[in-house]
Amino acid sequence: MLKSYIEQRLRDKNILLMTHIVIGYPSFDASYKIIEAMVTAGVDLIELQIPFSEPIADGPVILRANQESLAAGTRVADCIAFAGKVTRTFDVPFLFMTYYNILFKYGVDRFVADSADRGIQGMIVPDLPPEEGSEYLTAMNRHSLSPVYIYTPMTSDTRMKKLAEYGRGFMYCVARKGVTGKDTDFSDTLDQYLARCRKASDLPLALGFGVKNRDDISFLTGKADIAVIGTEMIRLIDNSGVDAIIPFIRELR
Amino acid sequence: MNDRGYYGRFGGAYIPEILYATIEELTAVFEACRNDPAFWEEYKNIMSTYSCRPTPLTFAENLTAHFGGARIYIKREDLNHTGAHKANNVMGQGLLVKRMGKTRVIAETGAGQHGVATATMAARFGFDCTIYMGEVDVVRQRPNVFWMERLGAEVIPVRVGTRILKDAINEAFRDWVSNMDDTHYVLGTACGPHPFPEMVTYFQSIIGEEIKMQAMAAEGKLPNRIYACVGGGSNAMGAFHAFLDNPVDLIGVEAGGRGLESGRHASRLASKDGNIGVAQGYKTFFLQNSDGQMKETHSVAAGLDYVGVSPILSDLKERGRVRFEAATDKEVIDAMSLTIRKEGVIPALESAHAFVQAFKDAPALPKDDIIVINQSGRGDKDIFTIADAFDDPSWKAFIKTKAEEYNA
Repeated sequence: MLKSYIEQRLRDKNILLMTHIVIGYPSFDASYKIIEAMVTAGVDLIELQIPFSEPIADGPVILRANQESLAAGTRVADCIAFAGKVTRTFDVPFLFMTYYNILFKYGVDRFVADSADRGIQGMIVPDLPPEEGSEYLTAMNRHSLSPVYIYTPMTSDTRMKKLAEYGRGFMYCVARKGVTGKDTDFSDTLDQYLARCRKASDLPLALGFGVKNRDDISFLTGKADIAVIGTEMIRLIDNSGVDAIIPFIRELR
Repeated sequence: MNDRGYYGRFGGAYIPEILYATIEELTAVFEACRNDPAFWEEYKNIMSTYSCRPTPLTFAENLTAHFGGARIYIKREDLNHTGAHKANNVMGQGLLVKRMGKTRVIAETGAGQHGVATATMAARFGFDCTIYMGEVDVVRQRPNVFWMERLGAEVIPVRVGTRILKDAINEAFRDWVSNMDDTHYVLGTACGPHPFPEMVTYFQSIIGEEIKMQAMAAEGKLPNRIYACVGGGSNAMGAFHAFLDNPVDLIGVEAGGRGLESGRHASRLASKDGNIGVAQGYKTFFLQNSDGQMKETHSVAAGLDYVGVSPILSDLKERGRVRFEAATDKEVIDAMSLTIRKEGVIPALESAHAFVQAFKDAPALPKDDIIVINQSGRGDKDIFTIADAFDDPSWKAFIKTKAEEYNA
């Protein structure tokens, strides 16, 4: 189970790292090499985003990666097959991140079953609140996968409690308003927000949106359990290539 | 219509968690206003003193004689301030923004009519205003960009995705999730997450309420049929809503583009190409591939060039309450040309889609039948597109001279 893996891993490390890729960007071969480098550098969890044409929660960098992957012909079935390949090869938990229409068109139960079969351990579906997700939650439960839910600074304490009832694995705490890839102010306000998240849920807390360097991660150590590096990984690869991944990640903690 | 905004199996609120509290607040304010009789009076008052409500129902005597069938009436939404039905929704949402105490509005626009209407409302109410518009539409509808900027709005051309209406909606959502504290998203059509489909329909339903009274006054009976074009579906829902429980045939006309067989159209309900999906916050018929990736759409009319459609209309189609047809770009230009010559009214390219189907049906209908075509907007904004479609030589000469003046 994802939660126990994270808790066990936290006995050896002060904070875990979750990195993110958009599958098929810039190519499937590159995606594989990127993951290989991430695992070599000691990343603890990896988020595999299946590209979607309308990614409303993503900022310009991840949006462009979605578009370019789709323009190169990426299909959902290719992404599921790719997941099977990387889960067999690399010994870290992989999660799917995508938008609900991808599951809906594939067939929600079939999508979850095939993901479980390929070794995926959890999913983040940012446009599927639990109110709309009964079919998804049933399927995730049946196949013992972790549905990861999102906290935001705008989420009330009552709402946090409710989301905690549905979440498994960990809670994904969005650091601020807005979309992925913009700067975050790592300050007392973020401290207070994380304390609120901690009070609402027994699950480990991942903190994402705007995390990009060693300073950010040392700020989060002791406050969050997992730091999520999303957009910054794509920026790094766009600017400096796959070879830059290992030194970058090793420098982070 | 249940609490979660479902219409049959369509609708819902598929929203990122960050918007949960904002949507809750909007829903609560909308419900409070709808239950307050004084609010609708305030709304009608502003629409009659600032816009031109009630808009006339014009008997099209010459078109009626030309087709020799049903008596044709035209509902004149083109006579609203800013030239389209969009004003109804925008002024209504503007009143909600005032109640919520927000100070900034954002909107998407396709044809530019909703953008101009929103910029006008923002100027009138003193709100800051940002309009997202696909780069392709910025080129197609340049005069509207000019007016939005004169009205004090910032117009941001959207250069991602297919660079049309759906991409402008995505960008508006991205702005909203960053700035919801002081910003309201004035969604322009009866789409998106709950409560937008219901709320936009509520404000637009004033169209059908007026048609009802005006038809009774003119003919002593309800119309037999109502025709409206369907992009997102707000003018159609506005014209249809008051008649849902009456024996009135309702016909929605989508953009057939280059023809339904060409793949270059925006017909989600009348073609076989649409199927159910979830995007932009709601479940409805979309034009998408088998993976759920949205397709490119095409229409001569920027305002109909949209990949989804109101979930309320999807439900009405499934229940057989509304019939859906498509009109091709060419048919639209012909119907528009005829209407201008015969009646001296200039429908927008969007609205002309409704005229196409009404003209196809009218000759075969009894002479005492009444049909109403909703002229959702006026066509003068389309002067560049229409002049191209007519290949008008004197217009081209004028543009060349004008360009030389700027170069001098």
